[in-house]
Amino acid sequence: MGTILTGIITATVFLILMGLVLAILLVLAEKKILNYGTCKISINDGNKELEVQGGASLLSLLAEKNIYIPSACGGRGSCAYCKLVVSEGGGQLSPVEEPYLTADEIKAGVRLSCQVKVRNDISIQIPEALFKIKKYRARVEHKKVLTHDILELRFKLLDPQTIDFKAGQYVQLTSETYKGRESVMRAYSISSVPSEKNYIELNVRLVPDGICTTWVFDHMKEGQEVTLSGPYGDFMLSDTSAPMICMAGGSGMAPIHSIVNHMAEMNIQRLCYYFFGAQQQRDLFYLEELRKLERDHEWFTFIPALSAEPESSGWTGFRGLVTEALAEHFDDLTGYEAYLCGSPGMVGACEKELKKFNVEEDKIYYDEFA
Amino acid sequence: MEAYQETNFFATLFIIFISAGLTNNILLARFLGMCSCLGVSKKVDTSVGLGAAVTFVTATTAALNYLVYYYILVPLGLEFLKLITFIVVIAAFTQFIEMVIERYSIKLYNSLGIFLPLITVNCAILGISLFMLNKPYGFWESFAYGLGGGFGWFLAIALIGGIREKINEKFLPEGLAGPGITLIIIGIMSLAFVGFSGMIKI
Ligand SMILES: Cc1cc2nc3c(=O)[nH]c(=O)nc-3n(C[C@H](O)[C@H](O)[C@H](O)COP(=O)(O)OP(=O)(O)OC[C@H]3O[C@@H](n4cnc5c(N)ncnc54)[C@H](O)[C@@H]3O)c2cc1C
Ligand code: FES
Repeated sequence: MGTILTGIITATVFLILMGLVLAILLVLAEKKILNYGTCKISINDGNKELEVQGGASLLSLLAEKNIYIPSACGGRGSCAYCKLVVSEGGGQLSPVEEPYLTADEIKAGVRLSCQVKVRNDISIQIPEALFKIKKYRARVEHKKVLTHDILELRFKLLDPQTIDFKAGQYVQLTSETYKGRESVMRAYSISSVPSEKNYIELNVRLVPDGICTTWVFDHMKEGQEVTLSGPYGDFMLSDTSAPMICMAGGSGMAPIHSIVNHMAEMNIQRLCYYFFGAQQQRDLFYLEELRKLERDHEWFTFIPALSAEPESSGWTGFRGLVTEALAEHFDDLTGYEAYLCGSPGMVGACEKELKKFNVEEDKIYYDEFA
Repeated sequence: MEAYQETNFFATLFIIFISAGLTNNILLARFLGMCSCLGVSKKVDTSVGLGAAVTFVTATTAALNYLVYYYILVPLGLEFLKLITFIVVIAAFTQFIEMVIERYSIKLYNSLGIFLPLITVNCAILGISLFMLNKPYGFWESFAYGLGGGFGWFLAIALIGGIREKINEKFLPEGLAGPGITLIIIGIMSLAFVGFSGMIKI
């Protein structure tokens, strides 16, 4: 009995000690060997220069200096949001990056900034808009039920207290760890208007078993503080006066909601048709608000389309897919701009339909919620 | 047998080296270290790079594990922990080597790419460390055995890399490209190496 016990104890102590010693040795070695000293990051042809401690990824070093590059996977090289042009000193393209880059992008020096390790001085290009991105502490003002699977979240910005964004852009919400699931960052389009600078609202749709959305639905509490960053994205209202077709489904409502309310507020009187796709009446939200907008403004038309509404219901609106609703209203859309938002499947289908009606490819703007 | 016992120290080491490398080739006769071989053997130069790294790691970890086993585990009566200990020692050591390669030969680091961590889990390396305990070897013999075993793996992957470079995979049936044809090549090559087996007893 005694010998077994000492055996177990020596074995355990040995294993712990061995792990400890090796871990310490490795940490020391890393400090000593992987020390690249101070490296210079030169941004936009020398407009801005940063001095950083080499050895980490470009993405994280920039974040240290408060330049936030979009990233949804936390730097694991699987979201491809973090693309940047590295003009010099980026080293060789890694096999992780290759699948996410087109031949043209590779030629232009585009890299995934989370996979580029800074080992020497490096020159990069960052679009001006990204400098505006900040990290925010915000408080959850309310969680409002919009439909059975979509919540409206309203945040009050605490630090910094205001945000400057364009209608259509999105923020990234950082989830907290719960039940052993990791903290992740996910993109959510802002549904409130840019004139409201101290608050932002999001429409979040529950993805069954999704890491971030499950946290939002089951664990996030009204009154608690969260971390956001933004604004991101180039999905926004163009400067032209061309007539517009907006098409969205589910939580794809958010950026369009922001855009049309912004137009009403700013008195931008562009002809605008908004097709919103859902399955049944219970999936519709902001209905009264949008109907009111339609009544108050000559230029705006709201067309909800239900694809699976029971025959017997009192629904007098359109029955069928959004693409079918579009085809019923129009047969030629030459000169129109299109704004699409929703799942990649929906966006793809709408894009195809719009092209049939002669909407030019570069006049179709979209945000895919993938 | 007679002749073997009478040869001097260095000749013994040499024989151990040759036999570990050729007559008991770890990859072609024992089929260890397959996964990284299938993954990296597309080109000769990456094969040679990985092969050299594996040889180096096998030899050094064989020596390290020898010391750990006979000077730490045996005195403490913890021989039964050899498997986990060896794994940890090899993992830590490869981590270390990875850092060194990354720092001093970025070219090698890039060409080994995501396969570098594969050295950590290359079972050939653990295999050599474990097999060496079955033999009545001293420190230098173990080192020679490790070096030979690693060299054998190096030789095998370099040869396979050479053959694969010459194969135009376009002419293969779709399912056979990549790992499929590689396994067939390895199978044919191992027939030759099985012929060597038993020529030298170690
Ligand atoms: C630019 C942009 C804007 C976005 N805006 C919004 C928004 O306003 N409102 C909103 O609710 N979401 C929006 N999204 C989607 C959002 O970022 C997340 O992808 C989504 O909430 C799922 O995150 P999760 O962590 O809960 O799920 P994860 O844990 O990432 O995923 C769980 C599983 O669900 C699958 N999955 C992931 N996303 C979806 C999806 N959208 N539909 C179906 N299956 C999915 C995954 O493949 C995975 O298998 C936007 C995405 C992008 C790129
Ligand atoms: S951060 Fe997701 S790929 Fe770089």
